[in-house]
Amino acid sequence: MYIVKHRNIFFWITGAIALASLASIFVFGLKLGLDFTGGTLVQATYENGRPAPAALAQSLDAAGLRGYSLREANTNDYVLRARNLTAEERANLPAVLSVGGSNPATISHLTEVGPTIGLELRNKAIIALALVLLCILLFIAFAFRKVSEPVSSWRYGLIALATLCFDVIVPVGFFAFLGYLVGIQVDALFVTAVLTILGYSIHDTIVVFDRTRENLQINKERNRKEDFSETAGRALGQTLVRSANTSLTTALVLLLLFILGPESTRYFALTLLVGILAGTYSSIFLATPLLVAAERWHAKRKKK
Amino acid sequence: MWQKRAIALVILLIGCGIGWWVSSSQINASRPFKLGLDLSGGTQLVYRADLSNIVESDVAESMSALRETIERRVNLFGVSEPIVQTERAGTFAGDPEERLIVELPGVTDTEKAIALIGETPVLEFRMLKEGADLSNISSSTINQIFEPAALTGKNLKSAELQFQGGAGTLSTPVVVLHFDSEGAKLFADLTRENVGRYFGMFLDGVPISTPIIQESIPDGTAVISGNFTPEGAKELARTLNYGALPVPIELISTQTVSGTLGAEAVEDGIMAGLWGIVAVVLFMLLWYRLPGLLAAVALMLYIVVILALFQLIPVTLTAAGIAAFILSIGMAVDANVLIFERMKEELRSGKNAADAIREGFARAWPSIRDSNISSMITAVILFWFGTSLIQGFALVFGLGVLVSMLTAISVSRTFMFALSMDAKSGFLRFLFGSGIKS
Repeated sequence: MYIVKHRNIFFWITGAIALASLASIFVFGLKLGLDFTGGTLVQATYENGRPAPAALAQSLDAAGLRGYSLREANTNDYVLRARNLTAEERANLPAVLSVGGSNPATISHLTEVGPTIGLELRNKAIIALALVLLCILLFIAFAFRKVSEPVSSWRYGLIALATLCFDVIVPVGFFAFLGYLVGIQVDALFVTAVLTILGYSIHDTIVVFDRTRENLQINKERNRKEDFSETAGRALGQTLVRSANTSLTTALVLLLLFILGPESTRYFALTLLVGILAGTYSSIFLATPLLVAAERWHAKRKKK
Repeated sequence: MWQKRAIALVILLIGCGIGWWVSSSQINASRPFKLGLDLSGGTQLVYRADLSNIVESDVAESMSALRETIERRVNLFGVSEPIVQTERAGTFAGDPEERLIVELPGVTDTEKAIALIGETPVLEFRMLKEGADLSNISSSTINQIFEPAALTGKNLKSAELQFQGGAGTLSTPVVVLHFDSEGAKLFADLTRENVGRYFGMFLDGVPISTPIIQESIPDGTAVISGNFTPEGAKELARTLNYGALPVPIELISTQTVSGTLGAEAVEDGIMAGLWGIVAVVLFMLLWYRLPGLLAAVALMLYIVVILALFQLIPVTLTAAGIAAFILSIGMAVDANVLIFERMKEELRSGKNAADAIREGFARAWPSIRDSNISSMITAVILFWFGTSLIQGFALVFGLGVLVSMLTAISVSRTFMFALSMDAKSGFLRFLFGSGIKS
């Protein structure tokens, strides 16, 4: 199996992708959205044409808003991001957005998040991420408990965990880069997408590990001696098409959701899409090569 | 064989039946899908309750009193199906926090909603007009059958629950009102002049109690005796004591989505879903041929079953929930892919069709089971982690995993056996084959 045979090349490629993603995270950093930082997001619709940005900005300045950002959306909308509003500011908002009545505006979307909710979500997200990783590690170790030779079952779990880390790093790095490029912020749905990727991309890894388990069993029954890299490589070859196809159907619907779906879940779909592509890559080019490398390392240590 | 075919036919008919039920209940709107605020339009307000003056043991009671009060106010507003709920949150960001979540479907005037809820409620005392019929009482007829009394809620000092034992009877619960000095005088005058008349107490315009005045009461305490249960009397005393909100609240988060924006999201979601189904079905047909067709039928069954569940449970659909549903369409065929690939392998090794089908299902099962368990783990954690938005996703995702496992395995298995032919001829081998090279 060429992927197993040339695994060092794929380790380099994987390393390069992971490194690029990490660099993107540390250099650009994720732009935390409203859900995490607290603040206000307003989408105003102008049925009779929207005012010029300068005129609207002037009106907002006059109302005492500072540090806000304005973005044009659709054909007649503005999206305003600002800090938390006082009750009075909130009450005056429709008038302020209408620029003193010259451009009547209706608020089609308003979200305000208090700072404590943001902090809570941040902490909860980290805990949820750790919890998902831990549960999956335990589950894999449990599911593969009967396989101990030549690689012990908890190593399957650890390797699955390594591929999962890759699956998380890639979309996070991608969004850090997108944040730098076009100012995309991450929200609660982003965290949801990352957690969903964890649960989903492990599927392909499970399939190939399962096949390795089965091949080992067959070898044992037939009393056949075979190098572990051969057994694992064969399992990878046998499951390659199904790994690709299961991901393909899921990627297809996500692509359609990204292109045609509602505005509010557009980047959610993109996060899932990137994560699932990363997951498919890691289950094919990382999981089995790592398994073989772990076995080699273990065998060498035994000899010494 | 014929038995399998009969079962397959029954499954198909049931599927069509469910599909007909789902679509007809949409067309005549007897059971529409429940849409979340982000799709139907509306306002969600989240408040933090300030419990600094409440002892720990009273927190639960204060919060339920708060919820009831706010619920009454919201109902006055005439919103259809409002949701008012309390939530303990913030365990991960310092001290736990008690929150109140108010959802107002269809209300897009955030200001008006906030004003309504933040308002101090009014405790009123009124006298029943001469000759008016008390049985006509409702919030809309108050002004017709009642006249205001000089006494107002401001004069109430406190209310308490007591038990009065009449001679020879068991003790009965009553509510005792204590007025301040001005109130005591007003109340004494009122009762002296109106013995035998009905007297009404209203909170936010809703009648709380309409006792009859039996005698003049000079000492500034009034006893409301009625057919109270101990709980009912306790609740009334509490409501009167906390005429204003039982605990102060502070607005910490709001979300308003207009109906048009929500309607657009629904439309886009349906489009993405339909094209998603078309793409997946086409892929399955082109790659897996006859089994692919069966997978497509199983996918349709999955879709009608899950839509029926959305209506029956009922699941409140949000944009994230729709995304989960679309994602689940792509995932629902995964089990079929695993099975068919395995089946193809078994066919290649020279097994006949029936054996290949049996082996394919049996050998793919452990992978399918393990994969779905890992997805369920994620769904459960997401449900715990989530705000209502994310919970909407997690619920649909979890349901999708469970139902698709059922349809992909048992349903397509039944269909495969029902069609099982001896795949010896080249054409049948082609039908059961897959991929670019057969």
